[in-house]
Amino acid sequence: MDNGIEKRIELAAPVSRVWRALTDYREFGEWFRVKLDGPFVAGKVSRGHITYPGYEHVKWEAVVQKMEPERLFSFTWHPYPADPKIDYSKETTTLVEFRLEKTATGTLLVVTESGFDKIPSGRRLEAFRMNEGGWAEQMKNIERHVAKPS
Amino acid sequence: MSRNPRSGMADRQQARAPVFAALGDETRLLLVAKLCGGQPHSISQLTRGSKLTRQAITKHLRVLERVGVVRSVRVGRESRFQFDPRPIERMKQYLDFVSEQWDQALSRLKSFVEK
Repeated sequence: MDNGIEKRIELAAPVSRVWRALTDYREFGEWFRVKLDGPFVAGKVSRGHITYPGYEHVKWEAVVQKMEPERLFSFTWHPYPADPKIDYSKETTTLVEFRLEKTATGTLLVVTESGFDKIPSGRRLEAFRMNEGGWAEQMKNIERHVAKPS
Repeated sequence: MSRNPRSGMADRQQARAPVFAALGDETRLLLVAKLCGGQPHSISQLTRGSKLTRQAITKHLRVLERVGVVRSVRVGRESRFQFDPRPIERMKQYLDFVSEQWDQALSRLKSFVEK
């Protein structure tokens, strides 16, 4: 795994349907729970606010990167902005990518979020997530990894 | 969005970015790997086997110290460095939090496109 977070989900809907749900700003807003001011345009800032009950004061801001029809939609943002009092502009943004693939039953959607860090390899970051095993063990993995001649 | 208390998240977010940045370096990761056993190490011990100079290693240790991943303890005339897992644990919690948000959002997307 070469990214901070990767999610794969099978959707029983055609690629065109999933593409619309991702890139039509109103449809995106419905499931993502954000009210956007206008359509997504590659290279442009997308603004709005969260509609999740209790968090309506939280602003949404992302920069749309790529819109390759029915294949790839991506944007950069400050992941899950939580507190309007914090100046997130100082923090690194992460890159969110939605990749679509046609399957026999519908669409395979792969979502990745990367750039939580400047760590060159996502595998190391993954090691930090420690789903199992203790610290020492995880760190040994890192040690083995970085000790490899590059 | 989250069921977690927002204030808690904000604290974690403030602490997060520098920790990520501090660990974004091969030498520093290697130092953390050496220290994570829990035993305090001297700079000489940490420099051994490395191509880097004592000064360079010290500089990297100070970066880790600033974000709290490493603490220095004085033993006689010598500084020893000790690993503190807490900042990295917070980072892990944060990633778990983000991961959980995605699970929830994607399950809403699934119901949305499959209805």
